[in-house]
Amino acid sequence: MNKTRLKQSKEIFLNYGILILVYLVVQFFLQAGSVSSLMKGLLVPLCIYSILAISLNLVVGISGELSLGHAGFMCVGAFSSATCSMLLKGSGLPPILLFCIALFVGALSAGVLGILIGIPVLRLKGDYLAIVTLAFGEIIKNLINALYFGVDKAGWHFSLKDSNAISLGEGGTWIIKGAQGITGTPKYSNFTIGMILLILSMIFIQHFIHSRTGRAVMAIRDNRIAAESIGLPVTKLKLLCFSISAAFAGIAGVLYAHNLSSLQALPKNFGYNQSIMILVFVVLGGIGNMRGSILAAVVLTLLPEMLRSLNDYRMLIYAVVLILMMLFTSAPSFIAFRKNILQKFRKKEVTA
Amino acid sequence: MMSFISYLLSGISLGSVYAIIALGYTMVYGIAKMLNFAHGDVLMVGSYTAFIAFNQMGLPIPLAVLLSMAVCTALGVLIERIAYKPLRNANALAVLITAIGVSYLLQNLALLLFSANPKSFTSFVKISPIKLSGGNLVISGETVVTIIVGALVAVFLLLFIHKTKAGQAMLAVSEDKGAASLMGVNVNATIAMTFAIGSALASVAGILLCSAYPSLTPTTGAMPGIKAFVAAVLGGIGSIPGAFIGGILLGILENLSKAYISSKLSDAIVFSVLIVVLLIKPTGILGKKIMEKV
Repeated sequence: MNKTRLKQSKEIFLNYGILILVYLVVQFFLQAGSVSSLMKGLLVPLCIYSILAISLNLVVGISGELSLGHAGFMCVGAFSSATCSMLLKGSGLPPILLFCIALFVGALSAGVLGILIGIPVLRLKGDYLAIVTLAFGEIIKNLINALYFGVDKAGWHFSLKDSNAISLGEGGTWIIKGAQGITGTPKYSNFTIGMILLILSMIFIQHFIHSRTGRAVMAIRDNRIAAESIGLPVTKLKLLCFSISAAFAGIAGVLYAHNLSSLQALPKNFGYNQSIMILVFVVLGGIGNMRGSILAAVVLTLLPEMLRSLNDYRMLIYAVVLILMMLFTSAPSFIAFRKNILQKFRKKEVTA
Repeated sequence: MMSFISYLLSGISLGSVYAIIALGYTMVYGIAKMLNFAHGDVLMVGSYTAFIAFNQMGLPIPLAVLLSMAVCTALGVLIERIAYKPLRNANALAVLITAIGVSYLLQNLALLLFSANPKSFTSFVKISPIKLSGGNLVISGETVVTIIVGALVAVFLLLFIHKTKAGQAMLAVSEDKGAASLMGVNVNATIAMTFAIGSALASVAGILLCSAYPSLTPTTGAMPGIKAFVAAVLGGIGSIPGAFIGGILLGILENLSKAYISSKLSDAIVFSVLIVVLLIKPTGILGKKIMEKV
């Protein structure tokens, strides 16, 4: 094992260490009872956003494609798993098994959709890919908002028109009721499960990146033509990366669906704004840097809540902070300025 | 048949609004290679300015329109100077996120100043509806004015770009910034001018949009902004005739699918058409194909 490999695995295990440490510290405070109810309510969303951020980072950072439809995959994961949980509600299986089934269904459906969308879409590049993924996200949200799905003794009934188009037989129940979504989803998610899933996602994604396949994907990102010329299957690898990312977004969706008792496809939670928000986590945390993604997701989710006392001004401050952070981290003049200051410090060290 | 024509006309009218917004997107993209996500929110600011000037200050309509255009122009140039110019040579994603930040900033400023309650915008068009074929076909004044303004904007913009020195400078900068500056073109001023024109057009689009759909909220610009962005991509981003074709096509599609297929699924249909078009022609209807070199 050479030095760079050793350094890589050190970095990887440092990430797990940090996550486990954070979990233990939060658990300690939870046991001590010194966590406000507002913060308690935020613990699961923090895990959800972190999973979304690292999974999008796989597409944006590792495969180098800009995707603006990540919330769409989360939406599919949420609705498919919630539907599955609703169907199995009275089956008498233990909750942990039910949640595992829901998790499987959510990840699988989002992953399969990722492949289906990826096949045509990944032929496009750059901004065109961005707009098409955005369009797909909106289509998914729009379709689910118009979908009616009910169950009775005669079987399953679907409609895209309105609730009158289906006449449910005796004892029939609505599962998805158009814009009202799903009500009465069982609450399986909690902080421990969220954290376990986050760590598992982290393990999977980091090992994927440092595997042979992951390095091939990065080679394609850096120079597609050169990678193609040494015989890498470009489309297949890109598709693999895209669908893995979609599947993890689906897992985040499963957590989301089982965290609240009702699920609706609103622009706020599954619209393009949400996709953009996840992209903001990735870019601000550093493209390709998993630890940074999680940190940015946590900071940017907590920031509006911390500023809650400022009421109306909080989103304003949030926007200003976002612009300033981008200017400070990315503007060439600022970078030069930062380097200048750093150099001065270094010189002092040398002379001292 | 008459209802079809009326849906078609209102589709063209909505499409003209999209086209005018899409122009701002496409010009800025052509010259600065960035997606200006805040463009829809500049439109919203323009509509609020027009609303205040006309409804609260009681200015005459032409003055209110001019004031709104002036405010938007200043805002567009200011945004470019403060938020985008420092990032000109930075990563494209960084600029995109900054634009999103500017969009949030404008929306939340409007939320603070005007609250989330919708303001009812008084129509700026004072033409009575036109009745054709014995009252079977009624065309509203807004529809007529929007279509005419859209066509005028198209003609003047094309003339401006191809016949004036400033327009030629814009073309030169969008082709090659370095070469243009060597030829004595002031690149910074040209980019600022592009933002100014795009923002002024956004204010016109905002007034037309709010005249036809008179409910004004801080998020009024968001969805038309995204749709116009889609229109610009549909027509081939960077191409001015493409933005027009894309915008009008999108407007017609949206209105017809709302009328004949499903009002709930109209967005899904519009976006599906975009995807199909891009799969057949990956750079949009009038986009240029760029060959890649090793």
